[in-house]
Amino acid sequence: MSAAGAVAGEAAGSGRGALTVDLRLLVQLAVIGFTFFMLINASALLVYAERKIMGFMQQRYGPYRVGPHGLFQPLADILKLLMKEELTPKGADRWLFTLAPILAITTAFAAFATVPWGAETTLFGLLDAPVKLGASDVNVGVLVVFATTSMGVYGIVLAGWSSNSKYSLLGGLRSSAQMISYELSYATALSAVILLAGSLSLRETVDAQAGYWLGFIPRWYVFLQPVGFAIYMIAAVAETNRAPFDFPEAEQELVAGYSTEYSSVRFALFPQAEYINMTTAAAVATDLFLGGWHGPFLPPEYGWIWFLVKVAAILFAYIWVRWTVPRYRYDQLMQFGWKWLFPAAVINLIVTAALVLYLDA
Amino acid sequence: MIPLGHYLFVSAVLFAIGTAGVFLRRNLITILLSIEIMLNAVNLTFVAFGRQLGGFDGQIIVFFVMTVAAAEAAVGLAIVIALYRHRESLNPDAFTALKW
Amino acid sequence: MPETIAFYVFSAIAIGASALVIGQRNPMHSVLLLIASFGALAGLYIQLDAPFVAVAQIIIYAGAIMVLFLFVVMLLNAPQEDAAEWDRTHPLRQGVLARFGSLLALLLVVELVWALLGTSDVDRPVGEQAGAAGSVRALGKVLFTEYVFPFEATSVLILVAMVGAVVLARRESDES
Repeated sequence: MSAAGAVAGEAAGSGRGALTVDLRLLVQLAVIGFTFFMLINASALLVYAERKIMGFMQQRYGPYRVGPHGLFQPLADILKLLMKEELTPKGADRWLFTLAPILAITTAFAAFATVPWGAETTLFGLLDAPVKLGASDVNVGVLVVFATTSMGVYGIVLAGWSSNSKYSLLGGLRSSAQMISYELSYATALSAVILLAGSLSLRETVDAQAGYWLGFIPRWYVFLQPVGFAIYMIAAVAETNRAPFDFPEAEQELVAGYSTEYSSVRFALFPQAEYINMTTAAAVATDLFLGGWHGPFLPPEYGWIWFLVKVAAILFAYIWVRWTVPRYRYDQLMQFGWKWLFPAAVINLIVTAALVLYLDA
Repeated sequence: MIPLGHYLFVSAVLFAIGTAGVFLRRNLITILLSIEIMLNAVNLTFVAFGRQLGGFDGQIIVFFVMTVAAAEAAVGLAIVIALYRHRESLNPDAFTALKW
Repeated sequence: MPETIAFYVFSAIAIGASALVIGQRNPMHSVLLLIASFGALAGLYIQLDAPFVAVAQIIIYAGAIMVLFLFVVMLLNAPQEDAAEWDRTHPLRQGVLARFGSLLALLLVVELVWALLGTSDVDRPVGEQAGAAGSVRALGKVLFTEYVFPFEATSVLILVAMVGAVVLARRESDES
C-alpha cells in the first residue's frame, strides 16, 4: 500500500513532491486537532456516562428526558451553564480568579499531548510514510505527562485562594496538599514500569507490550506489575480528586470546595478539567499497563479501537468506585497516602529493580 | 543556530535581576524568590556551556543544583514561617535584634 | 529561523517575568510570574538539547518548589502583610538609595556580560559540534557511574532538609 503511494508520489514529478510533504503535515495537524476534539467529547460523554451509571447503580434511570435516553443531557448542562450570570465575589483577586480555571483546563489538555492513542497509519496508502496516531511523540513522554499533571495543582490552589471565601480556601488547600502527596506514589509506580520498558517514551512502552506469552496471554505489564498497577490506579484516583478521595470537593462537607464561588463558564471548566484529567490518567494507565492499542483480531491500524475499549473500561471502573465506596476523611486520606501507599510504591520499585537486574544478568 | 553568547547574555541579565531583588526588596519571601532566579540563571549557564563543550557534565551539575535549590527553599521557608510566628512581620528590617 | 524566534520569545518571557517578579507588590503574583519564567527557561533548555533537564525544571521548580512558596504565602497571609508597608518600602519610591541600587544592578549586568563574552568560542552556534545529544539513557548512565557519590550525597541532603524543615516550622509546644 505504501509502496504504491511512494510510486504515485514519484510519478507525479517534483512539482507534486512539495504537495506530498504538505499533505503529511496536514494529516499530522488533523491528528492533533482530532485528539483535542475527542478530549472535549470525552468530557461531555463522561458527564452523561457518570449520571447514567450512577442512576443504574442506584436503581433508577438517570437522565431520561432530554433526547433519546437522555443522550442530550450534557448539551443541556452546558447550555445552562453558559447562560448563567458570571459572578465575581467582592474581595476576590480578579486576575487570579479568572486565571485559575484557565490553568486547570490548559494543563488538563496539555497532559494528553504526549499520550499516543494508536499505532501508525498511512491513511489507506494516501501517505508515503506513516503518521503516528497521537498528538506528539517525545522521548521523555512519561515525564511530560507527570510534569503537566503536577502543574494541575495550581488551578485548584489558586481557585481556592482567589475566591476569598472560607470554603474555597479550605477546599483548595486540602485538595492541593492531597494532590502533591499522591504525586509521589504516582511517579514511583510509573518508575517501576519505566524500568521494565527501558524507555521514557510512552509509544515505546506500548510497543514493548506487543506479543503473547504461551500464545494467548498478552504481554501486558499489568501481569508483571499487579501491585504497581493497583498503586497507580489508587494514586491516579487521588490525583484527579475523585471517588473515595474527593473530600475537598465533597458536597456534604465543603459545599463545592475550591469551585464554590465560581459560576457559569469558569465553573464549567473545573469539572471539565477533572474529567479530562481522568481520561488522561486512564489513557496513561492503558499505555503503560494494559498494552495500549494491542489486541487480538484487529490489524494494527485499527488498534485505536482497542485503546478506546480499554480506556472506557478504566473510566467505568472510576465511576463504579465513586458510587460504591464511602469517602475517606481528610486525615485518613493523607495518612494512607504517606504511610501506606508511598512505602508500597517504593518497595514495588526496589523489588522490580532487583528482579530486572537479576533476570537480565 | 544561536550563538553561545546569546544564552550567556540571558543568564547574566537573569542573575542581575535576582541580585537586585535580593538587595532591593523588603519582603522575605520575595528575597527567597530572587535567590531562586539567581540559581536558575546559573543553571542556564551550565546547560549552555555543557552543550557547547559536549558531554553530560553541564546537565548533571544542573540536576544537583536543582536538588540543592529544593532543599534550600524548603529550609528557608521553614525559617520564614518560624520568624513570622515570632514577629508577625516579613520585613527583614524587623529582625535586627542581633545587630549591635 | 523558527529556532531563533523561539529563542527570542522564551528569553523575553524569562527576562520579562523575572523583572516583574521583583517589582510586584503582592507575593502571590510574584510566585506566579516566576512560574511563567521557569516555563520559559524550560523552553530554552529544550532548545539546548537537554529535554530531561527541561522536564525536571518543570517538575521540580515549577511543580514543587513554587507550590511550596505558594503554600507559605497563603499560610502567612502575606499579601495583606505586604500591602500595608508597600508605600513606605517600595524600592522605586525610596529615593536615592534604591535608584543607586538599580544602577548597581545594571552595572552588574554590564560586567557579567563583558566577562562572559570574553570566553572562547562565544560566537559559535551552540551545538555546532556533534556532542552527545540529550539521550536520557546515556545521562542516567553517567549519573550513576561517574557521579554516583554526589547523587547519594544529595539523597542524604534532602533527608536532612526534610527533617530540618519539619522541625523548624513546628509550633513550640507549651511545656509549662
